[in-house]
Formats: sequence, C-alpha cells, structure tokens
Amino acid sequence: MNVLELKERVVATPVWRSIFRHRYLDSNRNRALTVFSNVFLHIHPVKVPEKSLRLRHTMCLGGLSFALFLALTVTGVLLMFYYRPAIPQAYRDMKELEFVVTSGALLRNLHRWAAHAMVLFVFLHMARVFYSGAYRPPREFNWVVGVLLLILSLLLSYTGYLLPWDQLAFWAITVGTNMAEAAPLIGPKFKFLLLGGNVIGENALVRFYVLHCVVLPLAAAVLLAVHFWRVRKDGGVRPL
Amino acid sequence: MHVESGSQGATLPQRVALLHRQLPARLEAPEEKLVMTFPHLIVREVIAMEILLIVLGLVSLFYDAPLESLANPNKTPNPAKAPWYFLGLQELLHYFPPVVAGVLIPALVVIALIIIPYFRVNFERDSLWSQRRPARLYGLSGGVLLLILFLAWFRVWAALAPTALIGLLMISIFPSRERGLWGFLIHRTAWARFFTGVHAGLAGLSLAAWIMSWFITLAVILTVVGTLFRGPGWSFVWPWQL
Repeated sequence: MNVLELKERVVATPVWRSIFRHRYLDSNRNRALTVFSNVFLHIHPVKVPEKSLRLRHTMCLGGLSFALFLALTVTGVLLMFYYRPAIPQAYRDMKELEFVVTSGALLRNLHRWAAHAMVLFVFLHMARVFYSGAYRPPREFNWVVGVLLLILSLLLSYTGYLLPWDQLAFWAITVGTNMAEAAPLIGPKFKFLLLGGNVIGENALVRFYVLHCVVLPLAAAVLLAVHFWRVRKDGGVRPL
Repeated sequence: MHVESGSQGATLPQRVALLHRQLPARLEAPEEKLVMTFPHLIVREVIAMEILLIVLGLVSLFYDAPLESLANPNKTPNPAKAPWYFLGLQELLHYFPPVVAGVLIPALVVIALIIIPYFRVNFERDSLWSQRRPARLYGLSGGVLLLILFLAWFRVWAALAPTALIGLLMISIFPSRERGLWGFLIHRTAWARFFTGVHAGLAGLSLAAWIMSWFITLAVILTVVGTLFRGPGWSFVWPWQL
C-alpha cells in the first residue's frame, strides 16, 4: 500500500470524517466550508472585498496586536511554570530562567518584547482606525471597546512590569502608583486596594500577579471577542 | 411578464424570474469585487503573523530583557522611571502638579477618545479651510495662542515647540492669493512647485485629523524626551549620557 492509498483510507474513516467535515479538494464550496465550518475562522465572512486585502487598508495592525496577545498568552503560561509570586523567590526565579531553565532567557525575552510591541501595535491600530474613519456609525461602540482594549493592554503590561521584582520593576511601579494616588478623594484608597497595603510588598506582588495572569487576560479575551464579533456584524471598512 | 433562462439550459437549473412591469428589470450589480476568504485573506493573515513571530524571535535571540538587582525599597534609583509608555505622563509630572499630570490629563485623553464617534468628530472630513474660513482662522489662531501661552506659563517647552509648529503649519496653508515678490516665490518658483504636493496633502486634512496628529506628535515627543533625555533629578541629559 503506497502513501496515497493510505491517505485515502485514513481520510475515508468515520473518525477522520467526524473531525473534518469536508475534503480539501480545491472547489469554491470547500473554500467556503473551510471558513464557516471552522470555529476559529468563521469570524470571517466567506467572501471579502478584494480591496480590503490591500496591505495599506488595515496595515495588519489589529490582527498583529491579536497575534501578539496569543504569543503573550503562550509564553506567559510557560513562564508561570517557573515563577512564584513571593519575595525573594520571584527574583530568584528570574535568575533561574536566565541561567538554569533551558531556553528560559529566550522565553522571558519573547514575553517582554512581545509585551512592548503589543502596546505599540494597539496604539498604532487606534491611529489607523482614526485616520481611515473606521469608527463612524455603525461602528461607534466598537471604537469604545477598542479604547477599553488599549487601556487593558497598558494595564496588562504595567502589572507584568512588577513581577520580576528587580529594582527596575519596583521603582517603575512606585512611580506609577504614586501618580494614581494623586487622584482626588479615591486616590489613596485606590492605591491601598491595588497594593494590599501602603507600600509595595508581597501583597502587591500577589495582587499584580493575579491581575496580570488571570483577571486582565480574561477581561481582554472577553472584550476581544466582542470587538471581533462587532467588526464582523458591523461590516468591513470601505476604502475611502 | 418576462421569462429569463440561462444559456446552458441543458446543464444549469432553470431560473424563472417574474418581474412586474414597473420594476426595473436589472438589479444593481454589487459595487465591489469579492474574493474567497480562504485562501486569499487567511493566507495573508498567516504570512503577516509568521513575519511578526520571526522578527520577534530574532529580537529575543539577540536582545536580552533587562534585569537589575533585587528590589530594594531603601535604595531609590535616580531617576526612577515608569514603563516607557507612561514616560510621557511622567514628563508632564515635571511641569504640572500630580493631580493634573497623573489624573486629569489621562482622564481627559480617555474621555476625548471615547466620545469621538458620538460627537460626529471628523465624519464629513471636510478639509480645514473648506468652509467658514474667517471664523475658523480667528478661532484657531486664538486657540493655538492660548495653548502656547498656557504651555509657556508652565514652561513645557517640549510640548510648546511642536504645538507652535503645527499651529503655524495649519495657518500657513490658509488659501490666499499673494501678489508681488512673495506671491512669485510661493506660486511661480521651482521651490513652490516642489512644495505644492505637500501643501495639497496638508490642505486636505480635516480639523480633527490635525488635532489627532497634534496629540500623537506630542505623545511621541514627550515619551521620547522622558525616555532618552532625562537623567538624575529629571534634568536634561543627552541619550549617550544616560
């Protein structure tokens, strides 16, 4: 039995057919099925305007922001295997990543640079949407969701900044929380709530860790779902 | 009544269209050409993501994430800096009280961004000087002047310079018919022709596009100044002195 015959047999099995609903044969029907029988791809319509494929139409900025979010999720989960939000274990775990864990330094580098890139890309995406007028009705609310996602990106990056527990992390968060403290009435209370105390210590580290690894990513995932669904429902951007 | 059938009657299913006499017989053709999402769009998305991941991987191979010594609450570095995306705000903190730089300005920026689509900002996208010219000229000059005075009062030179520059640029594209030597210079010379394209591009911008460009320019400049040009005690230093 040669390879092609084997492939035909595998593809014909009930198991295979239960997973993949259609053949790969290049027909327009299969091309359509590829998109709308796939949970990940069906966020797209089956057909798109040819003009919207142009690079300068979106500059890929929104899609690349999402790609960075995915890359950050994967590298972030891997980093969680090696990280304890405690003093001084958090810092020691950084050193372990650097000198003991196989490719640990690469893993941390990927997470760090992707985080910086995501803040940049989300901001550029916002600028692109403004200049192309893509926030106009019926997409007003999606623009608001986008602004919230920009704020979430900043908060995600900011909460992650404390986790290495080195001088850079500690003092950057000190500067930031002191700025938040200046808010009238709620400022000091808010700072106490965020830090779990009056100074940045282990309570603050655990709070930032939970916010960074659970609360904010979940919030971002929910808003991303709304954001993409709205893009689909409100229709694509018409070139101007 | 009109009966329409396809040319390949033997192979294609027949279609019978019943059209009322008063209805237009031809439906309007779709304006745009559509292509299949798979493969045309999906392949482009995958390529974009792969390029991104390759660049990210290369950067991560050659540049290490910073890691300083263990956090020490008793040893304040000078200067203590926030993450780079907040350094524009920290730079403002140098000029304004914390409640303004840390709370008021970011809150205003967020509110301004959120209300953009609800206040019909830039929906019509008419260019700056396309209508109500004198009113806009006086309003804009007054606004820019007030802003410059405000920034000068607080000595925010890093924000004042680009604000003045952009304000001058906005007013300089005001359409006018110059005569004499100046008219010759700006309309007839090679220099004028060289800048006609630039001028046309700028003249097409709407007021909202100008304001957003001003905001982005200021955000970038303040962030760069805060990141690269601030040393001990938030004093001005050159990047190579950091």
